[in-house]
Amino acid sequence: METYTLIVLLLAATIRVATPLLLAALAGMFSERAGVIDLGLEGKMLGAAFAAASVSAVTGSAWLGLGAGVATAVALALLLGFACVTYRGNQVVAAMAVNIMVSGLGPTLALAWFNLGGQTPQLDAAGQRFTALAWPWSQSAREAPFPGLLYAELLSGHNLVVYLTAFLVPASAWVLYRTRFGLRLRAVGENPHAVDTAGISVTRLRYQAMIISGMLCGVAGSYLSVAASSGFVRDMTAGKGYLALAALIFGKWRPYPTLGACLLFAFTDALAVRLQGVALPLVGVIPVQFILALPYVLTVLLLAGFVGRAVAPSAIGVPYSKEK
Amino acid sequence: MSQPKELPRWADLGLLPLVSLAAALLLSGGVIALLGESPWQALKLMVDGAFGSQEAVGYSLFYATNFVFTGLAVAVAYHAGLFNIGGEGQAYIGGLGAGLVCLALGSWPFWVVLPAAVVGAAGCGAAWAFLPGWLQARRGSHIVITTIMFNFIASALMTYLLVNVLIKPGQQSPETREFSPNTWMPFAHELLARVGLNFTATPLNLAFVLALVASVFVWVFLWHTRWGYSLRVVGQSPAAAVYAGISPSRLTILAMLLSGALAGGLGLNELMGSQHRILIDFPGGAGFVGIAVALMGRNHPLGIFLAAVLFGALYQGGSQLTFDMPRVNRDMVVVIQGLVILSCGALENLFRQPLTALLGRSAGSDARRA
Repeated sequence: METYTLIVLLLAATIRVATPLLLAALAGMFSERAGVIDLGLEGKMLGAAFAAASVSAVTGSAWLGLGAGVATAVALALLLGFACVTYRGNQVVAAMAVNIMVSGLGPTLALAWFNLGGQTPQLDAAGQRFTALAWPWSQSAREAPFPGLLYAELLSGHNLVVYLTAFLVPASAWVLYRTRFGLRLRAVGENPHAVDTAGISVTRLRYQAMIISGMLCGVAGSYLSVAASSGFVRDMTAGKGYLALAALIFGKWRPYPTLGACLLFAFTDALAVRLQGVALPLVGVIPVQFILALPYVLTVLLLAGFVGRAVAPSAIGVPYSKEK
Repeated sequence: MSQPKELPRWADLGLLPLVSLAAALLLSGGVIALLGESPWQALKLMVDGAFGSQEAVGYSLFYATNFVFTGLAVAVAYHAGLFNIGGEGQAYIGGLGAGLVCLALGSWPFWVVLPAAVVGAAGCGAAWAFLPGWLQARRGSHIVITTIMFNFIASALMTYLLVNVLIKPGQQSPETREFSPNTWMPFAHELLARVGLNFTATPLNLAFVLALVASVFVWVFLWHTRWGYSLRVVGQSPAAAVYAGISPSRLTILAMLLSGALAGGLGLNELMGSQHRILIDFPGGAGFVGIAVALMGRNHPLGIFLAAVLFGALYQGGSQLTFDMPRVNRDMVVVIQGLVILSCGALENLFRQPLTALLGRSAGSDARRA
């Protein structure tokens, strides 16, 4: 029974860690399927995390914080669109610029506005954060470990953003594969010339994709600062944007496999926390760093074609110009 | 469309980066104004903090040394058509190589340690860049993604090594023991004192000279050797390279090896020159600054040197700024760095188009692509 409880708690932690990863990976899916490399996930998330925490701290409303987070990430996405789509700049360079700029701007503005050494105030008043929702009877369900504990820990007890994210996976799949917009979006990432010839604006579609990406990154970043923790701290995304990109590649740019990759990566993360200093039978203590590096190693192996094959959208990274 | 025009070479190499830089500084001034401080005052403080005294100049050039190495690393890969974002990880592992040499050869004279450390730093940096290069060349794995992944893997590996293996016994913080003093890079003030010049004690050290040597080496290699020529052909047109009998995959691997080796040079300056031990996250983002430096310097060693000095001054001047302006912190330098990458790299066309309209000549006459 002890192992069972442990596993359930591990899975619950996995869900919490996977949420921002999945949101960012879905964000990346929209822009990358439209042919724009989305290395800017990290920066957009971090910007949103800062904006959400700041607005929530000032107004006392998590919802306003979420709105500010989404608006900030969309603004950054538009900046990227301006550089990469309108002015056909290098997408990787533009994204690195945004990531670096935001990683400095957050603590800089936080110091000037709140004077707390580069972080935002603790969000501990009611309504400043998205807190866990307890589903009906989840407390009493704990009495019966199976399936009660599963119900209490895995289905119940998460915040609103987690449930929203779970809904967004089928929703994204539907948009991408079952709507006219999704068809065009995928086409523009494979062969923008064909889309242009059909009289559809490549620029417009890519902007739309990047705005969607910004919105999803906005939710992901807000989750980090006003749901998963209480406030913004320096570099709080800690590479999650890049990890999400790895998950997206691992999921071969498709919604459900990406969900699987995010859960896998989140599980390794949750496991690493649990296994810290624990001696396992046969192998002894596994260094935490090895487990934490596992997602990156797996992604490299996948990219190398040693485990399956990940084929990127064919027009990815290439700015579109009509003349050529 | 009108006749396509091209920007004259002098404007492409000189004016365009200056205009982009001016735009980035203007935006940074806007941010400082937003923080409630005077941008003009901030600029004066920064220039004074970076160049106002011997000490300031020493620190500025010390930081610049790191950026020369990482900037050259980005540039060499760029000329082969590769975007190496892995400078941070390569510098980290390269520094490990230099550090291990210093730890191992503690009782040897410096003239033995120096070449061994250079080989250690360059070798380990190159080794860390080899796999992404090989994967790009032979398996078509996107180099941008693999180098990012290798940054994280390097970080995990180094944390493991420092926490579990290399840590000085009986110590809390994950650092190695101090290198023995005979393996330290001679400081600039010591070297200058030997020829009778008086210079304030700063971390500026012999690695600065090594960075200059590396710059000259890169210039000779890229523009005056067959390999350098082949490398640039691969970067401009892989198809043309194949017709010319050049193997793009071999040159891709070569470019990455060289790029990683150059990034590894950071360890010579940071660890052998200043920290005198291996510690967690010693590259401190210099690998990413290298991107900005290479972009600003137009991927040319001379430009890279100038851009590296600019960023070194920015780092040193920035710390002066945080001293005197309580509402501004060190992260402001990171903001400026991001804005420079944005305007010099990503928004290049924003400035190129109006400048071309103003100064442009018809393509094909005497205008050649640089």
